[in-house]
Amino acid sequence: MQFKDYYEVFGVPRTATQDEIKSAYRKLARKFHPDVSKESDAEARFKEIGEAYEVLKDPEKRAAYDQMGSQWKDGQDFRPPPNWDQGFEFRGADFGGADHSDFFEALFGRRAHGSGARQSRAGAQGEDHHAKIEIDLQDAYRGAQRSLGLRAPAVDATGHVVLRERHIEVTIPKGVRQGQHLRLAGQGTPGFDGGPAGDLYLEIVFRPDARFRVEGRDVYTALSLAPWEAALGATVSVTTPDGGVALKVPAGSAAGRKLRLKAKGIPGREPGDLYAEIAIVIPPADTPEAVAAYQAFASAFTFKPRAESGGPS
Amino acid sequence: MSSEHPLLRIRAEVVEEVVEFTLVELSQACNATPAQLAALVAEGVLAPAGQTGDDWRFAGTALRRARLALRLARDLELNPPALALVLDMLDEITSLRARLARQHRP
Repeated sequence: MQFKDYYEVFGVPRTATQDEIKSAYRKLARKFHPDVSKESDAEARFKEIGEAYEVLKDPEKRAAYDQMGSQWKDGQDFRPPPNWDQGFEFRGADFGGADHSDFFEALFGRRAHGSGARQSRAGAQGEDHHAKIEIDLQDAYRGAQRSLGLRAPAVDATGHVVLRERHIEVTIPKGVRQGQHLRLAGQGTPGFDGGPAGDLYLEIVFRPDARFRVEGRDVYTALSLAPWEAALGATVSVTTPDGGVALKVPAGSAAGRKLRLKAKGIPGREPGDLYAEIAIVIPPADTPEAVAAYQAFASAFTFKPRAESGGPS
Repeated sequence: MSSEHPLLRIRAEVVEEVVEFTLVELSQACNATPAQLAALVAEGVLAPAGQTGDDWRFAGTALRRARLALRLARDLELNPPALALVLDMLDEITSLRARLARQHRP
């Protein structure tokens, strides 16, 4: 296990006041919060920041952490000294954040199950859980089956709490979109003393696909055309997440123009559209024949590509 | 750990399409208290149908928004009015980014 220097995370000295720590946390949280940040490693950074703050904002946890001494360096191999936490009492964590590092868990234990917002009284409903599920865009077009492994605490025959793994198969309905949630009724935490189980929510995330850009129900794809196809019109094959379709390109199609394939976006009651965005690809003049063709092309037109720019041609 | 159970087939429903939440149901789904959500309604962050807490009906799309709001409130220590402002600005950024992406050729 590696030692974590929570002061270094905030760039504050070990003597920092609670206010200084709070201010350092807020500044970093604004920068790295995954919901607002543009940084690529925001999620990992924010997890680290949240964990450091959870320890340093709590005077008791901070004192216990400080007691381990300042000789430790970040990343150093670390084992908590025996009885290191004697005399401290950690109140239930109120930080509902995600999982902690091994280092944190060795010191402060695993986060108590749940956020503490509700009491676990007899007959109460179990908690709802949230997770993300990554699917291909194609799965949204066709629907899919996914098998998931879920772990939940359960009481065994001897009365001990054990972590039990079960597998479920989920049907991903056709037509789901990025950011939507699937609800799996009764697949959250089991209820307390006969109460109903909570639900499991799965947030849909599309696996990135360089060929497609998705916006709500609509899907965009690039369509490369030769200059003569764009100028004269052509029937070309376009790849959609659901296979190839033939598309008629009208004569005189300019680069950047979008051709709409109605209802070829993500399916549903109101299906999305697929847009093929035209890019014109120029073949290289790399053979005598190609050079001759370009020269014939040039002499056939009185075409001024910079006529409207007004600058020197 | 044991896993000898037969594979259980689960029907999933798309929350945004078919689900409507009461205040209590949405609180359960967000692991929040009804009071926390009522504060979001008071600031206009969430806009349920219905007059009072007891007959509020939240659309399925409220789940994502409520969870986002609760995460921001907790992690950035925002009060409800600041939260409402941040969410409005995030909405605006999202729509501006989408517009930008539409103008850029892939």
